[in-house]
Amino acid sequence: MNEEFDVAVVGAGPAGASAAHVLAAGGVKTILLERGESAGAKNISGGVLYGHDLAQIVPDFAGKSCPYERNIVESRLWFLSKEGGFSTSYRDKVFYERRSLNAFTVGRAKFDRWFAGQASQQGALLVPATVVTDFIRDGSGRVTGVKTDRPDGDVSARVVLLADGINSALAAKTGFRPEPKPVDVALAVKEVIGLPEEVINDRFNVESGQGVTIEIIGEVTGGMDGIAVIYTNKNSLSLCIGANLSDFTKNRIKPYEMLDEFKAHPMVAPLIKGGVPKEYMAHWIAEGGYDAIPKLTGDGWLIAGDSGMLFNALHREGSNMAMTSGRFAAEAVMEAFKKGDFTRRGLEGYQSRLEGSYIMKDMKKYRRFGPFRLHHHELFTSLPALAAHGAREMLTVDGVPKKEKQGAIWRKIRREFSPLEMLEILWDGMRSVR
Amino acid sequence: MTTKVEDKLFLDRFKVNEEAHIKIIDQGLCNTRCEEEPCLYFCPANVYRREKDRIVVAYEGCLECGSCRIGCPNLNIEWRYPVGGYGIAHKFG
Repeated sequence: MNEEFDVAVVGAGPAGASAAHVLAAGGVKTILLERGESAGAKNISGGVLYGHDLAQIVPDFAGKSCPYERNIVESRLWFLSKEGGFSTSYRDKVFYERRSLNAFTVGRAKFDRWFAGQASQQGALLVPATVVTDFIRDGSGRVTGVKTDRPDGDVSARVVLLADGINSALAAKTGFRPEPKPVDVALAVKEVIGLPEEVINDRFNVESGQGVTIEIIGEVTGGMDGIAVIYTNKNSLSLCIGANLSDFTKNRIKPYEMLDEFKAHPMVAPLIKGGVPKEYMAHWIAEGGYDAIPKLTGDGWLIAGDSGMLFNALHREGSNMAMTSGRFAAEAVMEAFKKGDFTRRGLEGYQSRLEGSYIMKDMKKYRRFGPFRLHHHELFTSLPALAAHGAREMLTVDGVPKKEKQGAIWRKIRREFSPLEMLEILWDGMRSVR
Repeated sequence: MTTKVEDKLFLDRFKVNEEAHIKIIDQGLCNTRCEEEPCLYFCPANVYRREKDRIVVAYEGCLECGSCRIGCPNLNIEWRYPVGGYGIAHKFG
């Protein structure tokens, strides 16, 4: 290659592709390097994307054959015990009547390929099947390009944007981001299960094109700090389950066995009955929160998306932050070009944009949420079990007066938690999301 | 529904490179300094297996999550990206 570019973007996921899109549209000579055989080949998410952030980059994305699966019109929340569980849900007509999509499901292999294709159409050079192995720096340590695993694969660039995802082996090697600690990431496994579109419509009580998300907390993670989800695609379901990696290293729970037990759960089995497994995957989720965010700018470089640990674990928001941080990075780079200053100071527009947006505001708001969950494992063990016990007792008609049942339930709760402990969980929980 | 992880991996498309992208740095360390051997459990592709005096690495089925790189208590696993275009290629993602 040995070519000179204005900007080299590492990774053609949502962060990298949106940055490349904005840069190329602004006339900046941009190369977008991707290690997979095509954009999206290495990428996974639960599968929900948000229209608002995407429309800032590709207005009318639905009209541009964006390969989305279903428009999410209902969100369910499940609290599962071993044998059953509570379910709550919210559906709103507004979500299917809105002209632009709010939340929708995607398969990232298809979506990311389309999104990177949009960046190519703007003029960015997309180079797949290429691993960036190192940075090139000048005498003063400023980044001036990247090395790749292609023969003669050095690429000079005035700015490098690192957007290579949560599992950034490059950042680890170069020290741009310290390796996450096991406590800073969740390990999630995912299975896509094929089912006819009509069957999904019936089982989830939706019309074609409309979809449902189910977020699940409870005993299905074997007492580990984690969650599961079920999302509807056009003619498949995405099932994911994961837990904090530090919990996985302590418990001898195998992720794929946990996934199979989840699939056999009485609330889940009827939804996937007759389905055909299509694909099995694993990925990290950035869970370190605000305190795990590394330095995001330096002399000649910026970091966006998951590799910058920008992820809101409570609201399953990550790809939107990736897209918007990629866009901010691109805007800041274009400012730096006007100033002719590619040092950290010249790129500071990136940091100020992040600080002024929902991204850093949300990251700060939920700063204590990760530590809260890690310190209160009862959220995943005794609390769902007690809730299920109480519900089962009250719903079992067996001649025992309700007052007696209620007394027994309270005694069981009191044996598990003192009133002080209950207050502490409540207090810590409220503070963690304030 | 499938139960064995081998069956799950069979659903995936891999382009296998002859060169391994995962290496145990020091086999001796696994034998002497690691009682828990968590890599045998948390790896979602069951890449690691113990064979008598050594840990065998079936890197061909690696799902590239990165967990072993930081989950190994002795940081005794060298993990790089597979060569460009190799490794797992998601059909759905």
